[in-house]
Formats: sequence, structure tokens, C-alpha cells
Amino acid sequence: MTFFLISSIIKIIVVFTVIMVGVALLTLAERRICAWMQDRLGPNRVGPQGLFQPAADGLKNLLKEETLPAQADKVLFLLAPAMSFVPALLTFAVIPFATPLPTRWGDVDMVVANLPVGFLYILAFGSLGVYGIVLAGWSSNNKYSLLGGLRASAQMISYEIAMGMSTVAVLLLAGNVTLTDVIAKQSQSLFTWNVFPLSLAFFIFIVAAFAETNRLPFDLPEAEAELIAGYHTEYSAMKFSMFYIAEYANMVTASALMTTLFFGGWDIPFTQWDNTPPWTILKTVATLAAFTLKVGFFLFLYIWVRWTLPRFRYDQLMALGWKVMLPFALSYLTVIATAIWLLHDQLGWSYGTPFALALFGLNVLLAIPLFFVLDRGHLVSGSVAEEAG
Amino acid sequence: MPGTLVIFWGFAGLALASALLCITRRSAVASALWLVVTLFALAALFVLLDAQFIAVLQVLVYAGAIMVLFLFVIMLLNLGRPGPSDVKGPLGVGTACLLGGVLLFQLWILRKAVPSAPIQLPPGSMARLQQEQGLVGAIARPLFDTYLIPFEITSLLLLAAIVGAVVLAKRKL
Repeated sequence: MTFFLISSIIKIIVVFTVIMVGVALLTLAERRICAWMQDRLGPNRVGPQGLFQPAADGLKNLLKEETLPAQADKVLFLLAPAMSFVPALLTFAVIPFATPLPTRWGDVDMVVANLPVGFLYILAFGSLGVYGIVLAGWSSNNKYSLLGGLRASAQMISYEIAMGMSTVAVLLLAGNVTLTDVIAKQSQSLFTWNVFPLSLAFFIFIVAAFAETNRLPFDLPEAEAELIAGYHTEYSAMKFSMFYIAEYANMVTASALMTTLFFGGWDIPFTQWDNTPPWTILKTVATLAAFTLKVGFFLFLYIWVRWTLPRFRYDQLMALGWKVMLPFALSYLTVIATAIWLLHDQLGWSYGTPFALALFGLNVLLAIPLFFVLDRGHLVSGSVAEEAG
Repeated sequence: MPGTLVIFWGFAGLALASALLCITRRSAVASALWLVVTLFALAALFVLLDAQFIAVLQVLVYAGAIMVLFLFVIMLLNLGRPGPSDVKGPLGVGTACLLGGVLLFQLWILRKAVPSAPIQLPPGSMARLQQEQGLVGAIARPLFDTYLIPFEITSLLLLAAIVGAVVLAKRKL
């Protein structure tokens, strides 16, 4: 019991610190990668390659004046930044990030809280992040902020449904709601990573995840061209910084989720060495590195997409959510459930590489009509082709 | 006092206090937020009952979806700023006190009541059920097996309500 308590406290402190440092570096990475894509240099003066830029920014924000708009709801105005920031960190608590670490007193699970309902916990706390944004928008007593808050709540609810539906398919394959089981089921080979048998669920999930984290092309709640800065127009100094940190913490959590649900979590492909006991420290470090690499890739994808795609119009966003994503996610779920029933219950296959490849084939068949519809009749073409024709 | 009992009284007190604040606040947004706190306290009580699945669903459905929609509507209609009090004079207050008294009396009677034998489960049966079928299976199996027809009828009821709302709200279908 004492050992459990001490190891849990250490894990909480370490995970919190790593995420905070990661978020700080991510703000720098965003600016450097953006600069690189636009053929500029970006911030590179503070420290080697601008590495101390986040610290300088943090210091500046701490020393800036805190403003409080007249007529604002004081309590909620102060509470809102914290409310957007806390759920993002809480969600990370149930994500397993490496194989168990052997110590002299027993194995330590490399997850802060190994909940039996871990998966549902993620969905539950993922849906709470919107409170901070909505209340920030409302309590500022500013019509642009209010519009930002309204947009945020509508957008979050719309895409949460598609997101939930896409992850049900993962549960169908895993047969359990514990995240360690979800990973164990995926670690048989490269092709049992859920991204292969459930490619289209991953597609729905990644689109919904971009909408849930309010990142471009779905950053309607803060759309600076129309709403100045949306829900955080009235915020200054460290309170504004909190929203910034919350956005990046949400990105880290969403990337970790994509890794865990669809890319095998900490699993190293092409080998079974990493997912069989006895656990060693080397295995923990290697799987942790694999997990970090995968999360890093998705974080890069977030930044890449942000500096590539323009913002959606609000009606386009709603139409995509309700008229395309939701019906598609529902029908996809039916098809996948039928396919799993056919393979598992009728033909008696057990889950493995052939099973996953059969489902992958089905996904490819379904992807062709989907992309045909999303691409308005072309089959994956740029806007240039449309202009020419 | 054992640890779980301390936690139980803590969350029970929180649930009661926030529910009271929810119905006494003048601002609609504050009421909605206190209701969210109540729902969280109830979820914690469900965890103490070893019903983690229900607890998570409580947060997911009520705090995560329904209350966000409530806030959305409150903000859309701009009801957030406190308006005039809607307590309707001494007659209204008297009726409320009377009804509240009746409710307290009923709870007082119920305090001593013992559930009848057919609805009492033998001790340890819930733990065994969760061991056999998992947290979700223990709820999903009766829902989609024994009680399938009532479940489907409930969903039809919700569908009828949705269709009704659309018909009422849309001028031109």
C-alpha cells in the first residue's frame, strides 16, 4: 500500500513535469516549424536554436498586467482558464506509456491510474474541456467572446458524437474497455495495430480530434479574422497563457490517444520481444521511446496541418460534422460489427494478422466511395484540377 | 470511522450543498454549474458503490453532454445575467415549505424501511457478476437481453420527442 502510494505520487509528478516541459517546447516547435514552412527563420535568438524562448515568454507573461474587464463575472472569469487546463491533464492519467518497470519492491505499471473503465474515462473527461472555453466566452461580457464560446460548445458536442462512434469500433475488436487490454490486443504484429483493421475509424477519429482540440482547420472558436480572438479576447498575461498551455496539453493528450487506440500504444513493431515478460528496464526505456516517437509524429502532424490548410466556414464545419461524419460513423460501425461477427462467430477465426488484413481489405473498399463523396466527385484531386476542368 | 465512510459523507455533503446552491442561485449559468458539481459528487458516490461504469456514464452523458447543451441554450438566449426574483409571495413560499415537509417526512419513514427479499441480492453476487462478465457486460447483458423490449420502447419514446421538437421548431419542413 505504501509502495503503491509512493510510486503513484512519483508517477504523477514525473508525468506532470514531462507534459509541462513538452508543452513549452511544443510552443517553440510550432513557431520554428511554421517559420520553416514559410521559409523564415523563426525565434532563434534566446539560447541555442531559440531553446530558451518558451522560458522568456513565460517570464514575460508572468510580469504582464492582469486585466479584468468591467461587468465581467469575476469568479468565472478567473476560474475559466483553470477549467480548460485541468481536464486535458486529467485525461493523460489513464494512458499507458511503457511496459511495467521492475523494481526491488515489485513491478510498477507505467500508467498513472490503471482504471478498469479507462477508455470511458477518457471520453468522459475529454468532453469536459469545453466548459473552460464556454465560460471564458460568457464571463468576459464581450459579444465576440460570447460568439466564440457558443461556437466552441456547438462544435465540441457535434464532433464528440462522431469521435465516440469511431472509437466504439476499437472496443469491438478489443472486447474490453481497459486500455492495457486494447494495447495488448494490438501488439500481435504490425497489421494488428488498429489503424489497419479500422483505418476509416482512425480517419473519423483524427478529424474529430482536430475539431475537439480547436486546431486549424477547425479553430472557429478563436477565428481571429472574424472574432478577434474569440473566447480569450479579454484575457491577458498568465491567464491568456493558461489557455495556450491548455490547447497544447490537449494536443499532447489527443496525440497520445491516437497512439494508444490506433497505433499500438508503446508497442514496437516487427518484434514480440517488447510485450512478453520478464520485464526489464531496457524494455521500459525502449517502449517509452516508441511511444514518445509516435506521439511526436502526431504532434508534428497537428502543426503541419495547421500551416497547410485554411480555416473552414462555420456552416461547413457543422455540415461536415452532422451530415457527413455522424452518418458515416454510424454506418461504418454497423458494417464493421457485421464483419467481425461474420469472421469471429460464423467462420471461427481468432484475432490475428489474417483477421486484421481481411478487415483492412474491407476498409479499402469502403474508403473509395467515401473519398469520392468528400472530394465532390473527383477521386482525390487538388483544387487546381477543378479550375482547369 | 473507516476511510470509505469519510469519503461517502464528504461527497454526500457536497452533493446536497451544491444541489441547494443550484436551486437558490439567481443567475442561470451559476445554477447550471452547481448542478454539474452535484452530478460529479453523485458520480463519486457511484464509484464508492463499485459501479464505475455508471459513474463514468454519469460524467460522460450528464456533465459532458447534457449540461454543455444547457449552457449553450442559456447563453444563446442570454439568460445568464440574474433577473428579478421569481418567488411568488407568501402563498408560494408556504406551499413550497409544505411540500418540502412532506418529502422530508417520506424520507424519514423510508430511513427505516428494509427492501423486500425478492429485490435483495445475496452478498458478493455483484462482485462475482463483474468478475465473470466484466464491468460493462454486467450492465449490457440484461439491457440487451432480458430487458430488450422495454429498452427499445424507451429509445422510440426519445425518437418521438426529437421528431416532435423538429416539427415544432421548423416553420417549413
